[in-house]
Amino acid sequence: MNADPDRPSPEALLREAAQEGRGRLKIFLGAAPGVGKTYEMLTEGAARKKAGIDVVIGVVETHGRAETQALVEGMSVMPRKQVQYQGRTLSEMDVDAILERRPQLALVDELAHTNAPGCRHSKRWQDVEELLAAGIDVFSTVNVQHVESLNDVVASFTKVRVRETVPDHIVEEAELEVVDIPPDELIERLKEGKVYIPEEATRALGHFFSKSNLSALRELALRRAAQAVDTQMLDYVRAHALAGNWAAGERIVVAVSELPGSKTLIRAAKRLADAQGAPWAAVYIETPRSLSFTPEQRQQVAENMQLAAQLGANVASVAGPNVVEPLKAFLDDVRATQLVVGKSARSKWFELRHGSVVDHLVRETPGVAVHVLPHEHGDRAQADRQGVRARGRWGSPAGYIISVLLVAGFTAIAVAVHAFGGLANVALVYLIPVLASASLYGMRTGVFTGIVSALLYNFFFLPPIYTFTIRDPENVLTVAVFIVVAIVTSQLASRVRVQANLAERSSGQNAALASFARMLASLSSRQELGQTLCGEVAGQFDVDAVLMLPNENAKLELTSAVPPQSVLGPIDTAAAEWGFEHKEATGRGSNTLAASEWLFQPLLAGGEALGVLGVAKKDGSEPVRPDRLPFLMSFIDQAALALERVTLTEQMSTVAQLRERDRLRGALLSSVSHDLRTPLTAIIAATHELKRAKEGADPKLLADIENESERLNRFVNNMLDMVRVETGGLQLNLQPLDLTEAVAGAADQLKRELKGHPIRLDVPPDLPLVRVDPQLFHQCLVNLLENAAKFSGEKAPISVAARREREGISLSVIDEGPGLPPGEEGRVFETFVRVEGSDRKGGTGLGLAIVKGFVEAMGLQVSARNNDGGPGACFTVRFPEKTLVRETAISE
Amino acid sequence: MKGPKIVVVDDEAAIRRLLRAALERARYCVIEASSAREALNAMDIDRPEAVLLDLGLPDREGLELVPLIAKTGAALLVISAREATAEKIAALDLGADDYVTKPFDTDEVLARLRRALRQRISADGNGAISIEGLEIDLLARRVRRDGQDIRLSPKEFGVLAELARHPGRVLTHAQLLRAVWGPAYEYHVEYLRVTARGLRTKIEQDPAQPRIIKTEPAVGYRLADPDS
Repeated sequence: MNADPDRPSPEALLREAAQEGRGRLKIFLGAAPGVGKTYEMLTEGAARKKAGIDVVIGVVETHGRAETQALVEGMSVMPRKQVQYQGRTLSEMDVDAILERRPQLALVDELAHTNAPGCRHSKRWQDVEELLAAGIDVFSTVNVQHVESLNDVVASFTKVRVRETVPDHIVEEAELEVVDIPPDELIERLKEGKVYIPEEATRALGHFFSKSNLSALRELALRRAAQAVDTQMLDYVRAHALAGNWAAGERIVVAVSELPGSKTLIRAAKRLADAQGAPWAAVYIETPRSLSFTPEQRQQVAENMQLAAQLGANVASVAGPNVVEPLKAFLDDVRATQLVVGKSARSKWFELRHGSVVDHLVRETPGVAVHVLPHEHGDRAQADRQGVRARGRWGSPAGYIISVLLVAGFTAIAVAVHAFGGLANVALVYLIPVLASASLYGMRTGVFTGIVSALLYNFFFLPPIYTFTIRDPENVLTVAVFIVVAIVTSQLASRVRVQANLAERSSGQNAALASFARMLASLSSRQELGQTLCGEVAGQFDVDAVLMLPNENAKLELTSAVPPQSVLGPIDTAAAEWGFEHKEATGRGSNTLAASEWLFQPLLAGGEALGVLGVAKKDGSEPVRPDRLPFLMSFIDQAALALERVTLTEQMSTVAQLRERDRLRGALLSSVSHDLRTPLTAIIAATHELKRAKEGADPKLLADIENESERLNRFVNNMLDMVRVETGGLQLNLQPLDLTEAVAGAADQLKRELKGHPIRLDVPPDLPLVRVDPQLFHQCLVNLLENAAKFSGEKAPISVAARREREGISLSVIDEGPGLPPGEEGRVFETFVRVEGSDRKGGTGLGLAIVKGFVEAMGLQVSARNNDGGPGACFTVRFPEKTLVRETAISE
Repeated sequence: MKGPKIVVVDDEAAIRRLLRAALERARYCVIEASSAREALNAMDIDRPEAVLLDLGLPDREGLELVPLIAKTGAALLVISAREATAEKIAALDLGADDYVTKPFDTDEVLARLRRALRQRISADGNGAISIEGLEIDLLARRVRRDGQDIRLSPKEFGVLAELARHPGRVLTHAQLLRAVWGPAYEYHVEYLRVTARGLRTKIEQDPAQPRIIKTEPAVGYRLADPDS
């Protein structure tokens, strides 16, 4: 659907077609009972009736309220159907009666209502569907918690779950009107008894009508309505293929964890984003727990984030002491409207103790719809086991030894203290090693130290001294206190330590990125940029780094390297090129060409690979830890953007230079052409006039002036042509051309020069047309014929012969002159090369070079050779097959 | 001087002087203009029969003057540089009758001018002309040589007739294609080339050296001068 936004999507068209001939549904959507939906519906129904529309009331509950009742009285009310159920008589809407009555508009209250058993449909919305299908418009009312997709969300914070729901598609296809009153007012109305609540539900609903709940419900109702509007607009836009940005205001965030099941979440988020045309982001929350991850878990995080990035998400990772706080901050930051999270796979016990993350999230982020999805099975247990195994819970042996030494040392101090103080002070002295070891080495070591301390305390100070028995029960407490202190301290200390680590790393990374960004901003060439990127990456990751950028021929070249002497082997180069071409990571640690010691990451900007960054460890180990990969990617992303900017700037200046050069060349050509030709024109024309006057002047002298000025004119023309060829200033205007006509045209122009040379034209009449620039080709023929005339003897014929060949056409101009010096055949086309003796003929040495230049610019070839078995030279222009115009395309 | 009035528009005094000499020798009455402004003034005041216009003018793009001059009904010859093919085609499409290329031969200018002026006179003739022994009867849609009918295809006759309606005038490829095939075919030069080839084999005695339908390389076609 997103692939081609300008083409009407079939689904949208279908949906629109289905709407035709159907009645329209309008839903009055309220946040809670009592907001006045029914009243609003009746008011609008009455207005329609007044406008002459046939309105009936299918079913409306007035709950005995006078204002509502008054509205009902003005309208025709359909009698209800009585249904017997378990000895009770229930009254339901009579669908058949309405269908028979065929009103234009039916008012049907409480769309979510469940019909009594025995009715045709179990739900009232199904009745309404039937009315709509019959072409009857329907007004109905719904509270937001009855909308199916919102049911869970509402239940999660109101703790009231309703069973009667209306499917989302009903709501989506309906016109929505939100009946909205501020929560305070609703509570006021509730107190005044203006809201009808069934007796049995009063207790449950008491908590439901809290201000915070009502605010949240109201927001949901408004958002749902806004979304429906968006959906309908999108349908309209898609059905009519209107271009432009009609995107819904949704922003979706998926929270990614170290579990492989996160991929399911990421895909779900992608689907949501696609369906709603919304931008989306994936975020990983780095908590203290992240530090104790196994390499596999780190790898999994990296893979998950990579998947998200591949699917088009913006990826980010934020650090914090727990999941909820930083996630909430991130949601605020990106103004998210929907969050996708995995169902917590923690134990019930854990959730009871700490609360479920999802519950926290829903409570803490009222503006965000939270999608809670289950993780895929199977992964969790494995991941947990790995986690348990990996965590070094028992601490290092060194910690135990040092702790024992500490306790021994403090025992000595305690002995000293005991000499002039009470037992209580001695106990306090023992707390010091417990605190120290718990905070330095973690809980287990701390508890161990606490026990050792308690034992020594007992042994040396508690009567009976030098035994481990405890006589006084209150001293048991002392031992217990030691242990509790050890546990609490170790937990506090470890949390502080972990957070300090995280913060340090995170702020270190941010600082590095910020300074890198500053450096990039001041760069102006690809070289500088490469050096900076390699230097920074090498420093930050302790690796060798190389940057490869494409050269003019789009071939990757080693642009920068740190250290400068870094070399890439063939496999490394292959990996780099593959990565560049496929816009994927290659080499060590990736899936492609992992035999390379280098890891190559492409620099992507706007979907294009601009270059490849390679990193390698000196010892050949994995260059970048998977959990550091996002950090490296941040560098690369920044560098790619800067590279794009620098490349564009460089291109711009090249383009500007080219344009300036073109402008100058154009100006020069036209000025030379004008300034040389104008006097020539005057001279030549004046000579003609003088010749006609026939008085005074020596006719020989006049002929000299005429010939020389015409020669000068030819030279100017040739020179201008040559300049155009050599500076690439030829602008081709390719057109189909008939060779017979072209040769005739050229011969016609050269009437005077060719005088006395019979032209033998041998062009088969059925030869295909050729696609050339007629002006340039005319000039080529003129030059070739002129050349032939120049070197032919008086009255020697010149032949022009065209032949269809296996591949294309050849056109030869054959003279009967002295021919070309053997071995010089190819040289005649060189600039200013004149074949021996041609001087006398007044050639400029440019004519043939121009022919070659023009001919090649048009995609043709020209060659020269001496005639077989006779005097004279033969110049042949070859038209490749692709320059021929297929005759089948031409008919009258 | 009683000859037809000709306005010569060129910013080079030497060229104007030469053209004046040549034109006066042929008994034309010459009015000189060195700029577009002077040219338009002369058009208004002197109502010339023909204009020789150099497209490179100091104060205004020469091409802009072409439709203005063509509108007055005066015959118009433009003077342009050799390689400026596009300029020539544009001028013809905008209503110029013919062009001469710098450096020009004054005799050639006079010949072309004469042709253009004659066209004005013969345009409302009886619809029958004879060129190199070929009789073209536009009304009867008939082409004969030596009393023998020559059978032409409709398009061949269309091209010949269109040229005959503008004797001596250069018609660009686009003009011919528009008139004979229709506006949608303006750029299908290949149709015209093929038809012209067929037409020449039927009416020319030696298609390799055409004498009736002259080629203006890269620009268009022109019918030779009628037999007088």
